[in-house]
Order: sequence, then C-alpha cells, then structure tokens
Amino acid sequence: MSSSEQPCPLSHTEMIDAWFLEHRAKVLDLAAFLDRLDRPTGPQSDDFRIEALRNAITLLIDGQGDRTRRIQMMLSDQSSEPIDAAPMQGALGAIPPADAP
Amino acid sequence: MKYIDPHIHMVSRTTDDYRRMAQAGCVAITEPAFWAGFDRCSVDGFRDYYRQLTDTEPKRAAHYGIKHHCWLCINPKEAEDIGFAREVMSAIPEFLDRHNVLGIGEIGLNKNSKNELSVLEAHLALAKERDTLVLVHTPHLEDKYKGTMLIMDAVANAGLDSDRVLIDHVEEHTVGAVLDRGFWAGMTLYPDTKCTPQRAVDILERWGTDRIWMNSAGDWGDSDPLAVPKARMEMKRRRHPAAMIEQVTFGNPVAFLGRSPNFSVDV
Ligand SMILES: [Zn+2]
Repeated sequence: MSSSEQPCPLSHTEMIDAWFLEHRAKVLDLAAFLDRLDRPTGPQSDDFRIEALRNAITLLIDGQGDRTRRIQMMLSDQSSEPIDAAPMQGALGAIPPADAP
Repeated sequence: MKYIDPHIHMVSRTTDDYRRMAQAGCVAITEPAFWAGFDRCSVDGFRDYYRQLTDTEPKRAAHYGIKHHCWLCINPKEAEDIGFAREVMSAIPEFLDRHNVLGIGEIGLNKNSKNELSVLEAHLALAKERDTLVLVHTPHLEDKYKGTMLIMDAVANAGLDSDRVLIDHVEEHTVGAVLDRGFWAGMTLYPDTKCTPQRAVDILERWGTDRIWMNSAGDWGDSDPLAVPKARMEMKRRRHPAAMIEQVTFGNPVAFLGRSPNFSVDV
C-alpha cells in the first residue's frame, strides 16, 4: 500500500452488505444483454465491441487484482502518434479492428 | 457543509438546478467553455458565448449565492477546422481580463488528431503568454489514455508549470500518471457510461486526496448537477472522515483555483 492510499474504513462484510445486491443486479443486466444478442431477428454480426466485452469479462475472473485499470487499458487505444484527421466527434468504447495493435 | 463544483456547464442548466445546488451546499462553480452539441458557425457566435460566460451566468449564479467563474477556449471538438479555430482564438484575449475568468479551458484533445493537437498547442502558448491557469479536457473512452499522454507532453513542451494545470476526466488508467507528473487531477462523475461516484471514491482510496477534485460536468446531455454532493454522501457512507470530504470537494478546489486573482469564495 502506498502512503497516499486512504483505505475504505468499512469491514469486508459491511462492504458486501452495502453493495452486493446492486452488483448482483448488474451481473444479471450483463447476462440479459448477452442473451438479447443471442436472439436477433436478423443474422448475428461479429462486432468488435462485443468481442471486447467478452475479453473484459474474462479478465474479471482471472484472479488478478487491479481489474478496473486493466480493463480500461484493454479498451484503450495504446498507440502514441496523433492521427491525421478526426473521423468523427464521438467515441466507440473499444478499438475497431482496423486500429487494433 | 459547503462544496465547489469546479466543472459544470450552467449555460445548459435551469435556475432550478442553481437552486438545488445551492440547497445542497454549493458556494462556487467554474464553467469551462465547451461544445454546444453542434458546431457554431461564426466567430461572433463564440463572442456571444464568451459574453454569456462572463456576464449573464455570474448574475444568474449570484441570485442563488453561488460565485460563478469561467474558462475560455474553443473546444477540441471544434478544432478540426484549424483556420476557423484560429480565428475564434483571436477573439479570446478580448475577454481574458474580465472579472470571473480564471484562464484557458477546457482545452485538450477529442480524437487525438494532428489539428486538435495544433489548436491545443496554440491555447497552451496563450496561457503561457498571459500566465493563466489551465483546465484540460481529456478524450473519452478508448481515446482517453492516448490523449492524456499526448496532452501531458504538450503541456511540458509548452513550458507550463504542471502545478498550474488541471487535467480533467481522469479515470483508473490515467490518474496515476497525471498525479506522478505533478498535475492536478479532476474526476468527472457521470450517471452512466463513465466514472460513477462510487468509482471516484475508489480512486481516492487508491491514489489519495492530494491535488485531486471531483466535478459533475453537468451539461445539456445525460448528467447530474448534484453529482458532487452525491459523491460526498458516498464518502460519508464509507465512513471517510469529514476532513477528507472537505479537502476533496472544497479545500483542493480553493487551493488550485485560488492561484488566479479572479477566484473568490467565502471561506
Ligand atoms: Zn466540460
């Protein structure tokens, strides 16, 4: 632990009491979203964003810590040169295949 | 307990929001110039916006006992047309000496393009020349990490003191580098899609409470002008001491913003 850390004063059980139900619901939301994608009216597509989401889920249960920062990096453009021109004003949330390293 | 929301776009909010913020303890805000949700098509459009930020909005805020301050720039989302951006920038110095202007912001990058970087460099040069504070927007989602690194290098190349620059919208993968390089860091609390009050408090627990603040970045999109008091409640719920809550939501903003002679708040 570095000197700047300010650990949460709650006990482990208090943390679980405080946030378990909320995150139980979030897991079900995620499951329902993936189920929804299994039953499209038309053909299914291979979308890089869903691939990225599946990779992030794998990282969640790999037993290592620092999950949030590692998922952020997995979903980040890690190149270092500015691009020639902005293709749009918004962002997609994952790296499109053409840009993937 | 009083608090400061150091990044909120009140031109997009109603007086009801001012009232609710004041009732929740807000005593001062700072409003960076940003994108209106559409590209403005004339320099005079920006002049009118700067008048709104330096004249109309402070009066509206004062009605609720809130001190209003602002930052001026052309937002990186409108920097791709570099000729137009430079024309707009030429109007900024006319407004920099107005009573509530703290400096240049929110400048930065959006898609990390070459033109955005040139416009960022021009703004940094203006901040250096006028010796103002700087508030920096970092890109969202997949562009944030790269943009944050490019921005920190650009600030260093411009010869600005990192202690006079706040890098906003930090998240778990950028906060460490921003603080390590001596910048101030801002965490922006969004109701969905980006950093939540819970994750912001997690970041404080991991990276500490020095040189960091929280803001709502409330604007015309999905956002919550009461996000800062909600994060304060989250800290309280976790039994963090009142002094820590006060430091992050009042003391730190006063320490950074107080370097501008135009910042004022009743302490
Ligand atoms: Zn903003």
